[in-house]
Amino acid sequence: MTDHTGTRRGFGAWLMDPKRRGALLVTPAIVILFVMNIFPLLWSFGLSFFNYKATSQRVPTFKGLSNYEKVLTDERTWERFQTTALIVSSSVILQLIVGFLLALLFAKAFPMRRIVLMLVLTPMMLSFVSVGVFFKLFYEPTFGIVSYVLNFFTTEHFVMLATPAGAIAGIVIADAWMWSPFVMLLVLAGLVSVPKYLYEAAEVDRASKWRTFWTITFPYIKSLLLLAVLFRTIETFKLFDIVYIITEGGPGSATETIAVFLYRNAFQFFKTSHSSALAYIVLFIVIVLTNLYLYSVNRRAEEVD
Amino acid sequence: MARKYREVGKAGWGYTALTTVVGFIYFFPVFWIILTAFKTRTDALAVPPKLFFTPTLDNFYSVFFRTSITTGNSQATDMGLYFFNSIFIAFTAVGFAVIVGTLAAYAFSRYPLRGNDTYLFIILTTRMMPPIVVIIPIFLMFRISGLAGSYWGIMLLYTAFNIPFSVWLVKSFFDELNPEIEDAARMDGSTERRVFFGFCIPQILAGLAATFVFGLILTWNEFLFALLLTGVDTRTVPVAMARTLGGEVGVDYGLLAAIVTLFLIPIFFVTFLLQNQLLRGVTFGTVKK
Repeated sequence: MTDHTGTRRGFGAWLMDPKRRGALLVTPAIVILFVMNIFPLLWSFGLSFFNYKATSQRVPTFKGLSNYEKVLTDERTWERFQTTALIVSSSVILQLIVGFLLALLFAKAFPMRRIVLMLVLTPMMLSFVSVGVFFKLFYEPTFGIVSYVLNFFTTEHFVMLATPAGAIAGIVIADAWMWSPFVMLLVLAGLVSVPKYLYEAAEVDRASKWRTFWTITFPYIKSLLLLAVLFRTIETFKLFDIVYIITEGGPGSATETIAVFLYRNAFQFFKTSHSSALAYIVLFIVIVLTNLYLYSVNRRAEEVD
Repeated sequence: MARKYREVGKAGWGYTALTTVVGFIYFFPVFWIILTAFKTRTDALAVPPKLFFTPTLDNFYSVFFRTSITTGNSQATDMGLYFFNSIFIAFTAVGFAVIVGTLAAYAFSRYPLRGNDTYLFIILTTRMMPPIVVIIPIFLMFRISGLAGSYWGIMLLYTAFNIPFSVWLVKSFFDELNPEIEDAARMDGSTERRVFFGFCIPQILAGLAATFVFGLILTWNEFLFALLLTGVDTRTVPVAMARTLGGEVGVDYGLLAAIVTLFLIPIFFVTFLLQNQLLRGVTFGTVKK
């Protein structure tokens, strides 16, 4: 301690020890993540036990678990969870169907495949805001193209986003359009991993197409489909941008997902502590889902090897 | 590394025609927006929607310049600044995240520590959690530290936002390398530094480029953090677009479509170039094939 240079050399040598090389290389990443993610999370965990409002000067007082109690007994919370669950499940199912069909279509080799595939893959790379803007324009009651087409089928003037069911459908369609290519990519990866000799064997046995699919193809894409479902569930669960742009949670609160609900509570009503408690409940769900996802990733890795 | 795609069966030009039709139906929303970008205000709002019209470049001009009604002088809009912000913030933050992430990924791949999987899990969780969860305290933190509305704040946040993704993706590239070559290099007396820079990095350069570009797309598409943490001078394009949408004078869809179209151009290039890495990119390296 007294010999400054000595300590530093000692510390430098200690730091550069090959035993610690791994830890040393990881440190910058961990430090940044700690400052920008872990620390704020701990902070809001603390806040969730107080009655803090970001707009008020009052000194917050300790409230124990009362915020959690309030959130969990609030009917609106459950309604928002139901809305989110409805949007997530319909969107993920739609993505699976469309993605699967697209994958079957694109599994073959054909001329210009790379370029044609671009047409399908682009939506996934767009920003949520762009997609939101597109669909808001399409759903526009007077000049939107969707409304125009729908008016051929119904005589009454149809305003897509005015009814709860229509608004939810509008959001599900936009999200599923954007993310079906993701499912397609995963299914394609599964389809090409099926060994060719199995198909040849099936042909020799004159197995029906249907049977060939269920006994040979499906086992190879099963684990990837599960990954697709989990990954898309986690991502759709966070759905914010599209809803914020297309409906802003309306009509009423029909399309207010849990993320939009949180945003409202935290940044429009500034119920900081209350929303921190809700945020923690959401975080818990995401951690469980992420765990499931990684478990499936590892299981598949074992299968592939 | 760019795994050659093995297709199931072969088909000819007839099949290309079929898939092009399906692909085009799927692509139609994007196509319609691009058309809208070339329409005049009257054409954009026409009932029934117009498929054929005289194209105009006015929308693209008015993204960056606005002509004053009274004086007739044209004046730059703030959109130029927002495009600059989007690009500047994304490049800096993602560049930094990829460097830091590569170091960590190398460690996770080559020096397995105790509790490695736990660290990797925590890192992935920070990426998977809804941004709204973490933004409440970050908003307070930025308000107290004065980082709100500054370039530093949003760049630091985006760096953190991109690190989990970089670590996982770059690790998946390191994991594919053959460690025996590195061991052989060590036997020949190469230092660790030389093994890293001379053997490992050159082999995954394409992967690093892919990681960087994916990070760029994720970052310049990001909306929620930008909405809450950027100020008038540091606003990014997605936020500016959302604000245009909420305008009181009626939404100028031609203008919005022009902004979106400009934003599309880099995306097209990237999607085309990275097609083989796309699956790995969108699953953070957890699914490679």
